[in-house]
Amino acid sequence: MNTSIEQAEKGSSWMGLLTNGIIKENPVLVLLLGTCPSLAVTTSAVNGLGMGIATMLVLLCSNVFISLLKNIIPSRVRIPSFIVIIAGFVTIVGLLVQAYAPGINEALGIFLPLIVVNCVILGRAEMFAARNPVLQSTLDGIGMGLGFTLALFLIGGARELLGNGSLFGIVLTAEFIDPMGIFLMPPGGFFIYGILIAVVNKIMALRNRQPKQEMGCSACPSAGSCGMACGGSEGSGETKREGKVE
Amino acid sequence: MKEILIILMSVILVDNFVLSKFLGICPFLGVSKKLNSAVGMSFAVTFVMIMATAVTYPIYRHLLKPFKLEYLQTIVFILVIAALVQLVEISLKKYVPILHRSLGIYLPLITTNCAVLGAVLLNIKEEYTYIQSIFNAMGAGIGFLLAMVLFSGIRQRIEHNPIPIAFKGVPSILMAASIVALSFMGFGGIIENIFN
Repeated sequence: MNTSIEQAEKGSSWMGLLTNGIIKENPVLVLLLGTCPSLAVTTSAVNGLGMGIATMLVLLCSNVFISLLKNIIPSRVRIPSFIVIIAGFVTIVGLLVQAYAPGINEALGIFLPLIVVNCVILGRAEMFAARNPVLQSTLDGIGMGLGFTLALFLIGGARELLGNGSLFGIVLTAEFIDPMGIFLMPPGGFFIYGILIAVVNKIMALRNRQPKQEMGCSACPSAGSCGMACGGSEGSGETKREGKVE
Repeated sequence: MKEILIILMSVILVDNFVLSKFLGICPFLGVSKKLNSAVGMSFAVTFVMIMATAVTYPIYRHLLKPFKLEYLQTIVFILVIAALVQLVEISLKKYVPILHRSLGIYLPLITTNCAVLGAVLLNIKEEYTYIQSIFNAMGAGIGFLLAMVLFSGIRQRIEHNPIPIAFKGVPSILMAASIVALSFMGFGGIIENIFN
């Protein structure tokens, strides 16, 4: 968390900001945020991509908007304000998807409006956009969005390949390996996600980096209030209070 | 009566919110370390789910729908839930301090819990009546409690077992969740077999 902020303050490596979210701090595979949509809608590569792109659009817009408004929003009501801004963009993206990609809309179901409670977006708003200039926040939004899309595509692709023997609807392995339908069902989602995180952990261990063992609670806006509940191992040192709705 | 029973059974066992609809995964993985916190969190979620459904349903039926403002539902619902959570927290603190001590720390978390907004949106989508919606929300909460309690027991078991380093922490928890979800798939045909 802190590394990305320091980088932004230096303002030296903008490319680093962009790639940060894709690999080093991938929201789904490393920070472990936004687990609900990454498990629920990834039954095929197309759905994973669709959800990823929809989320990326919302993340990008909300990051830019919140970064622009960060000096106007009083800090006491910042969380509700962020939620309203995010909900606005979710509605816009939802209407766009409904109009131009009805198939994706059908597949994503209630998870399209549920982007509003995706911790990736609120987490980035709180941790990054509210503290950094517009350009950096834009890059961060694009990077994190791409990372999210990539992770969802990987999970969706793996599940579609194993569970349906195809990728993007094109039959690949179904003829010589019987498709294992279980991978399209909920247990398969948990399984593939677990395996992917384990692979990421292994790669990080090979590069001598400490793999993340806990949930990504430190990036969650309500981490301060749930420090006890989550075990509080991630001592981010910043106790955040939930803004009061008044 | 029979319809309500079917709704309850299906939302608790067959379409369990956590294990088959993937709603509320964050608290499921994050707060299930200890049994106490798992139970506290589940009760808080159940409470807020029922309250949120009770409040948002009339808003949707009598305010948004007659004025053709359905597209505003995401914004309106999330705001109502956020305000409701704050109200519940303040009133619990004032009037039922004992309950506040056990549930209080979980309440702010719930605003961004997708299970609550998910329950509200599903009730609208399934076109349940008011009573059915309330019971659906209650069942969703009970299902959440069931999954959390079962899972926190399993987590305490796997905590001290030797696990390959790459799988330590979240991956092993997800594997366990996968097996629990597998066992819940066994409830698949239960509704049809009992009621028909």
